[in-house]
Amino acid sequence: MSAVVSVYEPRGLGRALETLAAWTLGLLWVLPLAYAVWTAFHPAEFSTRFVPTAPLTLANFVNAWNAAPFARYFVNTVVLVTMVLAAQLVLVTLAAYAFARYRFPGQDVLFALVLVQLMIMPDVLIVENYRTMTVLGIKDTILSIGLPYMASAFGIFLLRQTFKQVPKELDEAARVEGCTALQTLWKVYVPLARPTYLAYALVSVSYHWNNFLWPLIITESVESRPVTVGLQVFASTDQGIDWSIITAATLLTTGPLLVAFLLFQRQFVQSFMRAGIK
Amino acid sequence: MTRSTQWIHAWLLLLPAAVLLALFTHYPTLANFWHSFFSTPKGARPAVFVGLDNYRNLVDDPVFWTALVNNLWYALGTIPVSIVLAIAMAVWVNDRLPGRGFLRLAFFTPTVLPMIAVANIWLFFFTPEYGLLEQLTGLMGFHSHNWLGSKATALPALMVVTVWKEAGFFMIFYLAALQSMSPHLAEAAAIEGASRWHYFRRVTLPLLMPTTLFVLVNAVINAFRLVDHIVVMTRGGPDNSTTLLLYYVYEIGFRFWDSAYAAALTMVLLVLLALVALAQFYFLDRRVHYR
Repeated sequence: MSAVVSVYEPRGLGRALETLAAWTLGLLWVLPLAYAVWTAFHPAEFSTRFVPTAPLTLANFVNAWNAAPFARYFVNTVVLVTMVLAAQLVLVTLAAYAFARYRFPGQDVLFALVLVQLMIMPDVLIVENYRTMTVLGIKDTILSIGLPYMASAFGIFLLRQTFKQVPKELDEAARVEGCTALQTLWKVYVPLARPTYLAYALVSVSYHWNNFLWPLIITESVESRPVTVGLQVFASTDQGIDWSIITAATLLTTGPLLVAFLLFQRQFVQSFMRAGIK
Repeated sequence: MTRSTQWIHAWLLLLPAAVLLALFTHYPTLANFWHSFFSTPKGARPAVFVGLDNYRNLVDDPVFWTALVNNLWYALGTIPVSIVLAIAMAVWVNDRLPGRGFLRLAFFTPTVLPMIAVANIWLFFFTPEYGLLEQLTGLMGFHSHNWLGSKATALPALMVVTVWKEAGFFMIFYLAALQSMSPHLAEAAAIEGASRWHYFRRVTLPLLMPTTLFVLVNAVINAFRLVDHIVVMTRGGPDNSTTLLLYYVYEIGFRFWDSAYAAALTMVLLVLLALVALAQFYFLDRRVHYR
């Protein structure tokens, strides 16, 4: 965020008009969310009546929480997200280091094969991956939800770019000190790439917290379902159309992510920016 | 360190990622191709080679063509609007208008929410006679309309949801690009007497081109990859008017359990994604993205 005021900042009438347009769009954008919040925090009879004096209530959240095993779903999601991220960080670091600082036969071909995953994501290979999980005998486990995503082409690509910017002299200095390749990686590269790791971690966590189709297919029990699938099962079968409770459950399942986002808004935005600039 | 030990080190570093990539990206892609030439095993009957039968069924399947056309309309209807809105959002957030903190929050929040939650919220929004949209149109004197239940408006309604969710995400990339632009450009343009609009058209927009291409590729992939909201909001209905390709794969593969036909459908999806990859390879600045 530069401090210099651009000469092309809007002024006068233009500024007023653009402010109006921006605010109209902004209000339109929050409208559906605000509506959901209103419905979730008010008794059902006020869910579509916007009376300022309507009593606030948490009953919808309590009812939603008691109507389905959301506590278990949360545990599953947290386990899933942690497991995927931990595996990704290790695998991606090792692979990115090899691509950034080694010369070896087959390098370009292997790198191209990695990039294939940027286009053909596991999201579209559901039929074959389901077959593979059946053969491996791990269907309906948290591991099976996360496994296809653990080697992340996006992560390898992002980290390789970062590692390439580390000055060679630092690498050589560490080697002179007697560090092995892995020690150099750990002591020189990993600390310098911390902002990239943070960016990648935020993107990964929000992606896997939100992922839906593959977990829907591969899980069939409460013990392995993440919150997204739990919410869908809850909203489509258990509830009929009690919107107060459904919106409460929706906010409940997104709550932790939303709170984290509001607290770390700046880091989130900057991380997504960083992840986008390749 | 000798050369060959260097090689071995590099290969060992790559090994874990390579194994998982091969198992869950390359193998399934090839296996999918292979299985699309076989029949679906049923009970004691194993899969038999059927040649191009699955593809022949595909060509004769009106639902497939509907899904393909829907998907193209869906991409065409969501991507340009998202991109234009994203640029506008980025310019406004960048321009220190009053309340830009609120604006950035309003635009970006949909991006961090799960599509499934977003879909539930919008499902409520679109509910006939009860949802907010109906109340607003009712106030303005329009007749009640079942937005998700009629063939003409179901897909556009889903497009609105997608635009709402994606525009803020793309805004971030434009914001990053705008902030990395040199202020000297604006000063130089001002000396030449260019208007704000002229400056935007002739300087800002061309400089945003690489970002636009990057966003475009992502948007196209997303248009074929993300169908969560369809599962929640319409299940492809009414009368397949909102069936997209991946949703159709899901339906055939996991509701009708016809894995062979689902494999043939997946091949279409993979070919489309490969075309996107080729287009990117030819049009994108390779220096920026691969070096």
